[in-house]
Amino acid sequence: METATRTYSMSEKPEGYEGTGFFATSLEKVVGLARKNSIWPLPFATSCCGIEFMATMGAHYDLARFGSERLSFSPRQADLLMVMGTIAKKMGPVLRQVYEQMAEPRWVISVGACASSGGIFDTYSVLQGIDRIIPVDVYVPGCPPRPEQIIDGVMKIQQLVESESLRRRDSAEYKAMLNKYGIE
Amino acid sequence: MEVVEQEKIVGVINEKFDGEILQTEMLYDFLTITLKKDKIIEVIRHLYQHPSTQFQYLTTLCGVHYPELKQIAMMYQLHNLVSNVQVRLKIYLPEENPTVPTLTPVFAAANWLERETYDFFGVIFQGHPNLKRILNVEEMTIFPMRKEYPLEDQTREDKNDTMFGR
Repeated sequence: METATRTYSMSEKPEGYEGTGFFATSLEKVVGLARKNSIWPLPFATSCCGIEFMATMGAHYDLARFGSERLSFSPRQADLLMVMGTIAKKMGPVLRQVYEQMAEPRWVISVGACASSGGIFDTYSVLQGIDRIIPVDVYVPGCPPRPEQIIDGVMKIQQLVESESLRRRDSAEYKAMLNKYGIE
Repeated sequence: MEVVEQEKIVGVINEKFDGEILQTEMLYDFLTITLKKDKIIEVIRHLYQHPSTQFQYLTTLCGVHYPELKQIAMMYQLHNLVSNVQVRLKIYLPEENPTVPTLTPVFAAANWLERETYDFFGVIFQGHPNLKRILNVEEMTIFPMRKEYPLEDQTREDKNDTMFGR
């Protein structure tokens, strides 16, 4: 039986040229590496998915292992908006304002069925998915998802952060996407 | 509730508002008096002030939609905290124009309860100091607790009746 020989580490060295006493790579990759391992999440927890997030932050699952031990409770210093739970239509403008207050580059993760699609709350008072008001990068399914799934979602965000071009947020495509949501 | 107590409350209403009562019944051991709609505020004020009833606490008020009757009922639940006696008063309003005077001059607590009833049933409370939606988003155009409006969000395109039983 073949055994896996690959060793895993929290952050892999990017492509580059290496020699005695030096390592050269592109600035973009260095920035990506730094950003990826220092994401400050803003938890926007409204219900049971928020409880799962508490477990995710606890010692057993420990999101801190991925460089996100420092939660930001101000949107102005946050990199990642984590929306966890049912968003009522009345809460919609609040969520949107929180998103607008975040500085670029910013990412959004939608945790659980309610945030992603309204979930079981197919009713006149509940927003049928937060992607109706703000753009979403990663969706985590589940009702509620287990902490492993939330970590998986955050690691998917890390992949996006790592590989994102430094000029992406200036691109016309990105601005057009925001304009579609009526932002800026 | 004892029959004596019931008769006392009905008597207090009848002594000043004879002919206003349409029906008196005990529902789950709760005295429910159905009245004509026009003098409801005066009746409540009378029950508040009268020394032998003194219903000085408004437990709740709300609407009920009866689509088969084409009517919206208003329900007022009053409580005498001294003798621990409760009573429910009920009036019926026409579905197309449910209008009733506000209860806020008698009970300040009726303010938010009436706003809630307006929000969900579209009942207009004449003389209310601030009659606007309280729980739903202000842009909402429907009164969602009326039976003609479906429960489900109508903006979804990915769900249909065959797959989701909507």
